[in-house]
Amino acid sequence: MQWETVIGLEIHAQLSTQSKIFSASATTFGAEPNTQASLVDLGMPGTLPVLNAEAVRMACQFGLAIDAEIAERNVFARKNYFYPDLPKGYQTSQMDQPIVGKGFLDITLEDGTVKRIGITRAHLEEDAGKSLHEDFHGMSGIDLNRAGTPLLEIVSEPDIRSAKEAVAYVKAIHALVRYLGICDGNMAEGSLRCDCNVSVRPVGQAEFGTRAEIKNVNSFRFIEKAINHEVQRQIELIEDGGKVVQETRLYDPNKDQTRSMRSKEEANDYRYFPCPDLLPVVIERSFLDELRTGLPELPPQKRERFESQFGLSTYDASVLSASRELADYFEVVEKTCGDAKLSANWVMGELSSLLNKEGLEIEQSPVSAEQLGSLILRIKDNTISGKIAKMVFEALAAGEGASADEIIEKKGLKQVTDSGAIEAMLDEVLAANAEQVEQYRASDEAKRGKMFGFFVGQAMKASKGKANPGQVNELLKKKLEG
Amino acid sequence: MALERSEVEKIAHLARLGLNEGDIPQTTETLNSILGLIDQMQAVDTQGIEPLAHPLEATQRLRADVVNESNQRDAYQAIAPAVENGLYLVPKVIE
Amino acid sequence: MHQLTLAEIARGLADKQFSAEELSRSLLARIAQLDPQLNSFITVTEDLALEQAKAADARRAAGENSPLLGAPIAHKDLFCTNGVLTSCGSKILTGFKAPYDATVVEKLKAAGTVTLGKLNMDEFAMGSANESSHYGPVKNPWDTSRVPGGSSGGSAAAVAARLLPAATGTDTGGSIRQPAALTNLTGIKPTYGRVSRWGMIAYASSLDQGGPLARTAEDCALLLGAMAGFDSKDSTSVDQPVDDYLASLAQPLAGLRIGLPKEYFGAGLDARIGEKVMAVVEELKKLGATVKDISLPNMQHAIPAYYVIAPAEASSNLSRFDGVRFGYRCENPKDLQDLYKRSRGEGFGAEVKRRIMVGTYALSAGYYDAYYIKAQQIRRLIKNDFVAAFKDVDVILGPTTPNLAWKLGEKNADPVSAYLEDIYTITANLAGIPGLSMPAGFVDGLPVGLQLLGNYFQEGRLLNVAHQYQQVSDWHKATPAGF
Repeated sequence: MQWETVIGLEIHAQLSTQSKIFSASATTFGAEPNTQASLVDLGMPGTLPVLNAEAVRMACQFGLAIDAEIAERNVFARKNYFYPDLPKGYQTSQMDQPIVGKGFLDITLEDGTVKRIGITRAHLEEDAGKSLHEDFHGMSGIDLNRAGTPLLEIVSEPDIRSAKEAVAYVKAIHALVRYLGICDGNMAEGSLRCDCNVSVRPVGQAEFGTRAEIKNVNSFRFIEKAINHEVQRQIELIEDGGKVVQETRLYDPNKDQTRSMRSKEEANDYRYFPCPDLLPVVIERSFLDELRTGLPELPPQKRERFESQFGLSTYDASVLSASRELADYFEVVEKTCGDAKLSANWVMGELSSLLNKEGLEIEQSPVSAEQLGSLILRIKDNTISGKIAKMVFEALAAGEGASADEIIEKKGLKQVTDSGAIEAMLDEVLAANAEQVEQYRASDEAKRGKMFGFFVGQAMKASKGKANPGQVNELLKKKLEG
Repeated sequence: MALERSEVEKIAHLARLGLNEGDIPQTTETLNSILGLIDQMQAVDTQGIEPLAHPLEATQRLRADVVNESNQRDAYQAIAPAVENGLYLVPKVIE
Repeated sequence: MHQLTLAEIARGLADKQFSAEELSRSLLARIAQLDPQLNSFITVTEDLALEQAKAADARRAAGENSPLLGAPIAHKDLFCTNGVLTSCGSKILTGFKAPYDATVVEKLKAAGTVTLGKLNMDEFAMGSANESSHYGPVKNPWDTSRVPGGSSGGSAAAVAARLLPAATGTDTGGSIRQPAALTNLTGIKPTYGRVSRWGMIAYASSLDQGGPLARTAEDCALLLGAMAGFDSKDSTSVDQPVDDYLASLAQPLAGLRIGLPKEYFGAGLDARIGEKVMAVVEELKKLGATVKDISLPNMQHAIPAYYVIAPAEASSNLSRFDGVRFGYRCENPKDLQDLYKRSRGEGFGAEVKRRIMVGTYALSAGYYDAYYIKAQQIRRLIKNDFVAAFKDVDVILGPTTPNLAWKLGEKNADPVSAYLEDIYTITANLAGIPGLSMPAGFVDGLPVGLQLLGNYFQEGRLLNVAHQYQQVSDWHKATPAGF
């Protein structure tokens, strides 16, 4: 049987406010346990929450960026359950009236097609603390520093059909929140976390299958692996005559497995009700209008502009607009050299593989956008060939010079364009390969084509790559034919 | 509607209240008499009435995003039943 | 000295008739001597009181002359007091020395009051007899075989017995007004949002309000003026200036329009109480008030609605008492669930557990609409009744309670019968309007309370009416025998 995968994602983005959503304690990551837990965060009797304006502003920005409905009022509710990392015994969240309603996000797939993913809602809530399981005489330790950090929970429609689409969607959300500056996107520190609702159904069937929720999958790679694994598990289960049960599962990256979290499964009845310590939040139209005019250019618009302004392919444009920093880098390169296509090739090619290899972010690139732009300029004005340019790039990355020009000069890499000098060099090459010259001249057109490459190679080798390839071709042809 | 013993046990579990075995019949009876009182509400016609959650129907005031809490861990943990290395201790949490 | 009201103490301190320290020492001695009969205090903070009294005397010597400077008070034991046990009358807060002061405590400290201690109360303010306290029942000084009312029963008994001139209380369904009525005091529950709830351990967040209990309306005005006001730490606090309650006391009652709701004088009311209340109405008429019969048709639905809303909020508010960060923790929990269930099972008393269970049930899947939403709808109907009534009248007047103080233990077997005692007070909490109870006479030697309800933020008017009546009556001056 042919199976179709159906995926919906819940992404928790920690908002990059200075203070917590309902208290004035800091949200800094990595502080000593419980040193950033105030009376409110600890759920001390008698304490009360007051809502952080910045968290509201950030949520609204997100709503505007996904073209969502933002209702005039939103309401906080209590989600009641007992867990040691939840000090009040309830999480203050939003249920019936979230701050951000229905919206959407366009994602670009690997083949360059654009797919629209519906976003059901996004709501504000408080993060929980952490349970540390190192052994304290068989006890767990509770650190409540994280408790009360503002979260935006972004819930997608079940519009996603493969693990790859899921990753593309999470990447798009990741890019968006970073563009907006509302979340640092640091998945390793848990700033952006993802729960995946996965089900399968026979192709053609309208109803959804029973879904399993995979909790807290915290890297792009793990999202893909965890979903693929879960899809496989469900298909095998059904094909063996079994049934998928609705449950929460945990992905174990070490074993590449998902396993059932039975301890959380028992009769969840969260008893949501409006939080009586907080009043309805009113969002003024004028506030939204002001926010809207202040929004930066976002990935979809940037992608479209890159296509229309620079003539880039949809795929290239979406890769380059995936992060604000990368897009900014690309635009500086393009401005410096005036060639968008070459700029795109270099940024997505040499530069990306260098960063990958070194494990660096674009902001940490050892080659600046201006340096790369000037380097490309030297290819365009025939000072160096593409091949030499790669050497210059490596030298720039290694810090061997302040500019491409300096390295070209210092290393004597300037391309030879003097026809006399090239002719003299070619004469030597042909003389050294007299036998092949004989063969060439005795051959027909078809064979000659192949053999010509040999002479070009020899010539470039002799010039240490510096001879202008166009001139070499032209003059060589003349000499061999002659 | 009257609660059964099993429902009382379920509610007690949701609320994490340990009940003594011997108290359950009495608890069930008392809860049922309270629910009898509450069920008088059902006779009231509330069609189309908007629920009232807060008496004043005011709206939420927002706080500026400013940190003004400092580390008070020692003071706050002085009243905790069990702490070690700055952490609150609980029986092992199993995920 | 123990017969002095706050206003008289203010004059005495200003005139240097006695010092704050002398006054505090004398009351502390009286508490030590008499409170064993009443059990109104959970904690007596003698050292703190003397330190504060000396500081107040020093401030006065330096020229300061504010009315509450050096005035002895005590707090209901659900107001957090830094470094002092704050028990809520519960075993589950064993050892809970609050790490901070409630806003009310802080404001009264700043005004210069002297804190004599923390007062007994129904556990988590759930009760109307003060019999559910882990620290034992409080007795009514008018008859120590009877209850003082609740949940602010310790506050009421202590003030009525002249152990101190005034105390703080809280009122979620009548917990200031009902004990004030049963002990011959004046007590006011302000408009919801008038007094900050920061540091006031929550029972039902959308209903709870702090307020004073004292022997006169004037003292209530004095204390409420210092307790009330906007607090940025409480989202439900109202950002509106506080009226000058003392200034409003003197206003003549000529032209005052009083509404008498027929539902307050119907079946269930002890007729002798009704007579006493109507006698006060006659006196108010002599002072220039006019009277109009009105109706609050949804009053009868208030108790069922309250017993959904309050337990629902409480079930969630009390989840934080889990034996992890503060308070009581069971011995040797075998796992996490055992820690929760035993700490809470052993730490909470029977009434608290009942209300948590009722609230849990009312919020649970499948019952939410039938219980919680329905109760909130009735809540609006009740508010609408008041909004309509206050178009025609300035204050609504009736009895505070349907019955006199009952015998200790009398209503223990049937909690629902005790719930019904709140019938006249609960509506003000649901609607969020202010309500005041004041002495209206005695039946069989037991006090009768009269309730005045006002429109939002009309605390000044209620205090004014009570004060004017107290200028022409002596009920509030009566002292229980033996105290």
